[in-house]
Amino acid sequence: MYTQAMDIPDESGKKLASVATTVSDQEAAFEARIDADGRIEPQDWMPEAYRKTLVRQISQHAHSEIVGMLPEGNWISRAPSLKRKAILIAKVQDEGGHGLYLYSAAETLGTSRDQMLEGLHSGKAKYSSIFNYPTLNWADVGVIGWLVDGAAIMNQIPLCRCSYGPYARAMIRVCKEESFHQRQGYEALLVMMQGTEAQKAMVQDAVNRLWWKCLAMFGPPDADSPHSAQGMRWGIKRISNDELRQKFIDATVPQAKVLGVTLPDPDLKWNEERQHYDYGQIDWQEFWNTVEGNGPCNKERLATRVKAHNDGQWVRDAALAYTRKQQQRAQKEAA
Amino acid sequence: MNAPVDYLLHLADNAVVLGQRNAEWCGHGPILEEDIAMGNVSLDYIGQARLLYQLAATRLGGDATEDKLAYFRDETQFRNYTLLELPHNGPLVGYAVSDRDYATTIVRNFLYGALMVLVWEALEKSPDADLAAIAAKSLKEARYHLHHAADWVVRFGDGTEESHKRAQAAVDHLFPYTEEFWTASAAEDAAVAAGAGVDMGSLRAAWDAIVNETLSEATLVRPQVRGYIPEGKHGRHSEHLGYLLGEMQGLARAHPGATW
Repeated sequence: MYTQAMDIPDESGKKLASVATTVSDQEAAFEARIDADGRIEPQDWMPEAYRKTLVRQISQHAHSEIVGMLPEGNWISRAPSLKRKAILIAKVQDEGGHGLYLYSAAETLGTSRDQMLEGLHSGKAKYSSIFNYPTLNWADVGVIGWLVDGAAIMNQIPLCRCSYGPYARAMIRVCKEESFHQRQGYEALLVMMQGTEAQKAMVQDAVNRLWWKCLAMFGPPDADSPHSAQGMRWGIKRISNDELRQKFIDATVPQAKVLGVTLPDPDLKWNEERQHYDYGQIDWQEFWNTVEGNGPCNKERLATRVKAHNDGQWVRDAALAYTRKQQQRAQKEAA
Repeated sequence: MNAPVDYLLHLADNAVVLGQRNAEWCGHGPILEEDIAMGNVSLDYIGQARLLYQLAATRLGGDATEDKLAYFRDETQFRNYTLLELPHNGPLVGYAVSDRDYATTIVRNFLYGALMVLVWEALEKSPDADLAAIAAKSLKEARYHLHHAADWVVRFGDGTEESHKRAQAAVDHLFPYTEEFWTASAAEDAAVAAGAGVDMGSLRAAWDAIVNETLSEATLVRPQVRGYIPEGKHGRHSEHLGYLLGEMQGLARAHPGATW
């Protein structure tokens, strides 16, 4: 591949060869920087596949933040205390902020936010499947903080060292906020677990519904993960799905004990030999059904995003029209 | 010297009700930046409500808490302006269902924001030191709310044909509700008598000036108002508050005595 372009016989061979040499040098520089664990910046040359992979991953991540506002937003109006209401609004707002800087990070790769939103709204782009499940009681808010954000942090901490600079920098801030959310969620659950029987039952119910979905968040087993190997080579992915999943389980089991909830897996037990917890079979059929759009809330989530976007069209049009008028007025005044 | 509790509750109810309404946009905003901005506005109002309820609860003593005041008082005990409880759409009955209209949201935030900048400016000088401290914090927020809303009123009014039409309809719908700002209530009178409140009538000219200037820049027409004057601050509300409180208070009331 390194010299292939120069082999092509062409009338403009000289020109082509010189271009190809440049590209090859660029590619060599790119590979060298990746090997040295350096950062790639927006102005740097990068292979198209690297760019495409990043746009796919960062936009999926941004979409997940935006769609993820909906299941938690479902409880803002009913939050049972003003303190929890304020915490929840701030949290959902943070997720919106994450979406914003992730879209901005992806834009540095030459794809506009409108293009990315078009991908989401048409159903072509994916987002984290965890948000396709309903939030059915107030404890879901705490459990999303503790487990969903907890799983997200496991996934995202390695991304702070991602080879693409803007993504890595965005992830540093995102991770700080996510870990704050995780502690807030866990604290809310601790308070509920010291409360009434009804409150404890809410927490257990939410854990029962969300535990397995959280384990699936790390993605398919390494053997079935199509994008992992190249991602590792490029420094976009650092730790494999199964390793991260195991890390999450090992960290979470003691937290569940402190909380006093039962994780709904009869096979979950400490393995002295492996120095890890063993766990049961994840229902990958159900996971893929949901990823493919046939989970309990996929249609509701997507339709709600599309509706918000369409209903907001006149607002965005008004802002553009007003700016244009202002520019015209300024030009007239100048003339 | 201290403002009466009923006056604090009037201010707190205003904040919690509008905070609750504006939070309905969370996740549904017309553009991501606005979704975040409206979340911020809502968060400010909930924060103000908490401080005011906490102060009221301290002064009430006994087992009063901010959450008891917010979650366990009935509709007729709420003292907010009727304007703030209306849904984000044009005039419809309480159980009607409609799409949210961002022009209604923005125009309300503008009309109320213009008032609260003036109210907090006055209360910042209140001899009730606790209230003055809340006013000082809230004033900064109110200035941002007014700035944000006024910018959008102008964009809508002077934007497209559709945005102009929506903004004018929202102004026509909401303006009559602002008459309630200027009527007397026992709580406000008592606050003024104690030297801790603000004479609302004294703010009217300044409010008119802010509102007229922005409406004119936005090429919107201020409607003539006559007839019914809302009485939310007396506890007589529209059909809408019951639904808002039903949703807001339901979970807390299903578990009385629970700590969250």
